[in-house]
Amino acid sequence: MIKIVDLHKSFGKQKVLDGVNLEIEEGKTTVIIGRSGGGKSVLLKHIIRLLKPDSGHVLVDGTDITKLNDKDLNEIRKKFGVLFQGAALFDSMTVGENVAFPLKEQTKMKDSEIRKIVADRLRAVGLTGIEEKMPSELSGGMRKRVGLARAIAMHPEIVLFDEPTTGLDPIMTEAIDNLIIDTQKNFNLTSIVISHDVESIFKVGHKIAMLHEGKIVEYGTPEEIRESRNPVLVQFLSGSTEGPIKII
Amino acid sequence: MNRASTAIDNLGRSVLRNVEEMGRILLLFISVLSWMIRPPLKLRLIFKQMEFVGVKSIFVVVLTGIFTGMVMALQGYHGFRMFSAESLVGSTVALGMTRELGPVLTSLMVTARAGSAMAAELGTMRVTEQIDALSVMAANPVKHLIVPRVIAGVLMVPVLTIVADFVGILGGYFVGVPVLGINSGIFVKNITRYVDLDDIYNGLIKAAIFGLILSLIGCYKGFNTSGGAEGVGKATTEAVVLASISILISDYFLTAIMF
Ligand SMILES: Nc1ncnc2c1ncn2[C@@H]1O[C@H](COP(=O)(O)OP(=O)(O)OP(=O)(O)O)[C@@H](O)[C@H]1O
Ligand SMILES: [Mg+2]
Repeated sequence: MIKIVDLHKSFGKQKVLDGVNLEIEEGKTTVIIGRSGGGKSVLLKHIIRLLKPDSGHVLVDGTDITKLNDKDLNEIRKKFGVLFQGAALFDSMTVGENVAFPLKEQTKMKDSEIRKIVADRLRAVGLTGIEEKMPSELSGGMRKRVGLARAIAMHPEIVLFDEPTTGLDPIMTEAIDNLIIDTQKNFNLTSIVISHDVESIFKVGHKIAMLHEGKIVEYGTPEEIRESRNPVLVQFLSGSTEGPIKII
Repeated sequence: MNRASTAIDNLGRSVLRNVEEMGRILLLFISVLSWMIRPPLKLRLIFKQMEFVGVKSIFVVVLTGIFTGMVMALQGYHGFRMFSAESLVGSTVALGMTRELGPVLTSLMVTARAGSAMAAELGTMRVTEQIDALSVMAANPVKHLIVPRVIAGVLMVPVLTIVADFVGILGGYFVGVPVLGINSGIFVKNITRYVDLDDIYNGLIKAAIFGLILSLIGCYKGFNTSGGAEGVGKATTEAVVLASISILISDYFLTAIMF
């Protein structure tokens, strides 16, 4: 279980997180929504301590990771799989080596076993047989899916997806949503999904949290969110330019 | 008075910044050392870097070495002729190459070729979140990215320096003996008479230290890149400038201690 307590983070004068409080339920999918540039990726990076907060805490299974030393932090990180917004594939390695990387680093599996898992994960994201390609030879959407395959290669306990379906066609979006739902169910994953895609949000999420002006302004089940009268949410879900979310 | 105090203020700030940066590079060095002694070493990554730093730099280093030897012979000849000491041209070239120009020019060439590439590569990995991805997969970026590069720098720059020394002396010979007409036997004899093994060793120690400097600074600048493609460009330039200056300055002090 992940608990975020009163998290504050500024870059220079710009306040990005201004007291975020959020509990991520174990074995459930929590979707975080919010405007572009609103700090969703920054929040996600705090959960694996790629960023250190100015103040506040992040508890992973009861451990405050904001204060951990490198060694203990590494142990905690082994529970996580992460899909970065830009996929962050290693461009000096082939697709196969990318997906195999967490398995090689964190397990003592034999090469033949690893190859099998890699092939399986690539099949799951609809990219059978591209092990030998380099990331630079892939389209943006393909890179995203390879990043997804890498994030779930280990079957981690917790997976963080930063916009898993952005840039994919509607069919692929549907397929990836289903993949996220299936892996979540089959392995009882705790997952956090950042998404802008209104349809995906309601389909994938057990819980939905809205981040606005550095705070979680609304949190609830898809039904609760759909019924919410909070003007921020109403505007976000309807995609209107009128309302409390300013576009400038 | 305002302008003066601002100037002093700025000077103070820039001194502080530089001292702070040196401290950070030193900390990185310590962390590299501590990862170096922790097995398993990533041999495949180390060999890949050694190939990149060493094998692929041979051509430029040979070219630099041979022409430096040639021009030293040419210049030395005109100078020594005034004292009828042309026979010393060979030993001057050999001493100059092994003690100074071999290590310094080699490491400057490697800085331009490989140090800059290290900064650019790591910088790109930083801004595209690949370094974050490494840390998240519990793979230490210092161990994976910096240790192999530093090892390659420390091992390969001395090897390249041996090549540069050798072709430099060879270049001196080709200009000195056939072109300028110095007696071949005397040319060679004076080299063996005036050049000690110590000259060569000390030159190679310098080369190893320069290799450390250029790879460490290249990695440091790349590792701490921010701000997209522009940031990568900036990191690369800064790495080359800082490494070159550091090599030249440390060369003076190393020479003062060694010879
Ligand atoms: N390393 C950083 N240094 C300085 N500012 C940063 C840094 N990372 C993020 N920011 C700033 O923090 C704000 C939030 O960024 P973030 O990437 O979290 O947005 P986001 O909600 O993920 O947006 P999007 O949906 O477009 O991905 C942005 O204004 C950005 O400029
Ligand atoms: Mg984002």
